Amino acid sequence: MSESLLEIKNLHVGFDIYGGHLKVLDGVNFAVGKGEKVGLVGETGCGKTTTMKTVMRILPIPPAKVRNGEVFYKGKNLLRVNLRKVRGVKGKGISMIFQDPTAALNPVFTIGRQLMDVVRYSTGADRSGDKIRNRAIGALKDVAMPDPERILSNYPIQLSGGMRQRICIAMALVTGWEFLIADEPTTSLDVTIQDQVLRLLGNLIEEKGNSTILITHSLGIVREWTDRVYVMYAGNMVEASPTKELFSKPLHPYTQGLMKAVPKLTGEGMAEGVTGRIPNYLTPPAGCRFHPRCPHVMPICEKERPPFFDVGDAHQVACFLYKE
Amino acid sequence: MTEEIVIAKDLKKHFHTSRGTVKAVDGINFSIPEGEMLGLVGESGSGKSTVAYTIMGMYRPTAGEIHFRGQDISREARKRPKALKKEIQIVFQDPGSSLNPRRSIKQILELPLKVHGLLTNKSGTQQVERLLEMVELPLDYMYKYTEAIGGGEKQMVAIARALATNPSFVVLDEPTSALDVSVQAKIINKLMQLQKELKLTYLFITHDLSLMRNVATRVAIMYLGKICEVASASEFFRNPVHPYTQMLLSSIPVVSEEEEQLKPKKVLSRGEIPSPVNVPPGCSFHLRCPVKKEFCSQDDPEMVTVGEDHIVRCHLFS
Amino acid sequence: MVGLSMILLIAFLAVFAPFVSPYPKHAGVFVNFAEASQPPSLRYLFGTDVFGRDILSRIFFGFRFSLMMGAVVLCLVVPPGVILGLIAGYFKGSWVDTVIMRITDIFVAVPPLILALAICSVLTPNIFNAMMAVSLMWWPWYCRLVYGLSSSLRNEFFVEAAELTGAGRVHILFKEILPNCVSPIFTKMSLDMGWVMLIGATLSFVGLGVQPPKPGLGTMVADGRIYMPDQWWITVFPALAIMIVVLGFNLLGDGLRDLFAVEEV
Repeated sequence: MSESLLEIKNLHVGFDIYGGHLKVLDGVNFAVGKGEKVGLVGETGCGKTTTMKTVMRILPIPPAKVRNGEVFYKGKNLLRVNLRKVRGVKGKGISMIFQDPTAALNPVFTIGRQLMDVVRYSTGADRSGDKIRNRAIGALKDVAMPDPERILSNYPIQLSGGMRQRICIAMALVTGWEFLIADEPTTSLDVTIQDQVLRLLGNLIEEKGNSTILITHSLGIVREWTDRVYVMYAGNMVEASPTKELFSKPLHPYTQGLMKAVPKLTGEGMAEGVTGRIPNYLTPPAGCRFHPRCPHVMPICEKERPPFFDVGDAHQVACFLYKE
Repeated sequence: MTEEIVIAKDLKKHFHTSRGTVKAVDGINFSIPEGEMLGLVGESGSGKSTVAYTIMGMYRPTAGEIHFRGQDISREARKRPKALKKEIQIVFQDPGSSLNPRRSIKQILELPLKVHGLLTNKSGTQQVERLLEMVELPLDYMYKYTEAIGGGEKQMVAIARALATNPSFVVLDEPTSALDVSVQAKIINKLMQLQKELKLTYLFITHDLSLMRNVATRVAIMYLGKICEVASASEFFRNPVHPYTQMLLSSIPVVSEEEEQLKPKKVLSRGEIPSPVNVPPGCSFHLRCPVKKEFCSQDDPEMVTVGEDHIVRCHLFS
Repeated sequence: MVGLSMILLIAFLAVFAPFVSPYPKHAGVFVNFAEASQPPSLRYLFGTDVFGRDILSRIFFGFRFSLMMGAVVLCLVVPPGVILGLIAGYFKGSWVDTVIMRITDIFVAVPPLILALAICSVLTPNIFNAMMAVSLMWWPWYCRLVYGLSSSLRNEFFVEAAELTGAGRVHILFKEILPNCVSPIFTKMSLDMGWVMLIGATLSFVGLGVQPPKPGLGTMVADGRIYMPDQWWITVFPALAIMIVVLGFNLLGDGLRDLFAVEEV
């Protein structure tokens, strides 16, 4: 396995709210190697966006609090680095695209203005207007936008969702990213457009050999577009595996439940998968956070939190069922 | 043969805006026999939600007719008889906005009962309890407000509300699109169970074809205000013929090899859906169609039968 | 919280004025020239005015008038304003909306104080007429506030759902839309209390509100005007009292607004 470009170790993040403290991330371990496409799968509220925001240092620090843990990027602990330096790292190293492209683009400025702003900030302000403009146009061409010059003078509202998302990708592109975090980039798009955007992303990533984290709640997307997958539940990583293996042999009861619940083209119906609700972060369950919903719960699950157990080829599961 | 309780004939809904006429729904025909589920599938801009809203009476049809149990109901809800509102109900996509955050669940569930005089005694507690049991929600939820419960549970309340008056026809407007996959499974299974028990007829609007494979009796695909293809579920997935259908099906991300085998040969999706203000001439799909011919940009194709209970709107088959 | 405590204290003082003020009788007709125009001292904490009346006690009684004015005006103003706003918002785009909102616009166009002054000078000047006058030009603001809320709420899916079930218009207006307007209405009400009282004090100041010898705060400020700056306490303390009451309600209103904003998040 290639050396990790990004490594998250034992991250504990909580939020202070009116009624107490939400213990959201409970010891998250996560690693992405150079050139890898890693998927992060989990349902709403499992903490995937919180994890990524911590990496990008865009968590609103009060009320959020990083209680423990480290985030290493190229050897440097991002959490310790001065915020301004992190911006430099962020700008030139890590880029992020978000779920809702409409919200990510400012509706009162033209695309050109926003794109050129990004170019200017990430490459230093001394470039001439023309050079910046050309870079912007180049980025638009890279994301297969038709008629890039005209697009520069359009407003976001004049474009479709798919185009807006491609512009967000272009904005990430111009910063010369080495590492891309894509947070549910196609959830708000139609399935045919989703396919186009993902293919585009895939091509760009292949070309540059970049590393990517693709966050999604769609198992299907993960299967088609990633090399390795982490499954997340209630602030913990519960399973990590090369993609093919996860789908042929899902081991964690939660993963298995998810797989069963996905509607399939074979028409075999959907099993209910996982009963119950995600835990309340104010008073999360002791031991394994999944134990109240687990069909295979054992006494030890209520007391101790399972660490990652190795189960074969780079496949790890955080479940006492696999203890040996 | 089972009675067809809902029929749409050449239904049209156009919106007039300053930028032109939006032909959201432009001549669709379908019928749903009692006890069945018609899945109406389309991407954004296809007009599927407009169909749902027009059938419910939230919009007045621009042209065409809607028949319910033989009665012509092609009017706005305001002009429909009150008794009809008992029979036709809707579950909206986002339970967060379809349930009033300032009303308790008991009040929300009682409302349809009150309106139609179905309360058996002054306080509807028993009936509300029955409704909660029907959707497997704890009885003490009666006094809660929606902010205290999760998305899936809210949607269960919305479903209970829709079924409170014992309707025969329920429109489901993407009821699980905003929910996680495990919650979706629970809700869909409950909907299917209720359909059997209460002999309900469903019109299920969605963009999720994999879901339809598992629940619909028949599937209809919409594109830019018109229906492209209609077939029984099994036939539809076994033999999709319309180029748009094939494009859709081949773009779905699936989770197993067997499903991959079932998908049609990969049709690379191209282009985007045009704006419904600027519907392309001829066949509305021709700008993106990988197998388009000369005349596709000139004439709009008619529906033809290509198999048992399988109709398509495409020049390739006429 | 600060606002709430201030208001509660003032309300307490107002209600129990006869019991807590050191010289209750001074609120009425009372003359004691021997003690007139005394500066603040231990005996008369805020001093006495030209008639020998204890200013502190009169201020407590003055609070009564101020609070009463605020409360009565709001009670008169809020129900019709809210109801008209609900109706206009629900029927937005129709003639009902146009009629109601144009009437509202007319009232809004008139400068409030001028209208109040005009009305009060025509009628007998007393506190009741002052309240009527203020009410007359205050209701449109509630109408507008609720109009904005109602017209956006009517498009919410839960309203649609209720309509599709067959709920009547009355139900929709009062049971579906109104509960969602409550927080902004209450916030506005507490902020308004301050304003109404200020206007009441202004009217009293120019002689059109609380008439002497009744201890309206504005009246007291007016009375003491001519004795400034030597016997400053006669004017300054009532003026400070007005300021504190208004401040209290403003703080309360701000607090309410923040409280409700958090709730929505």
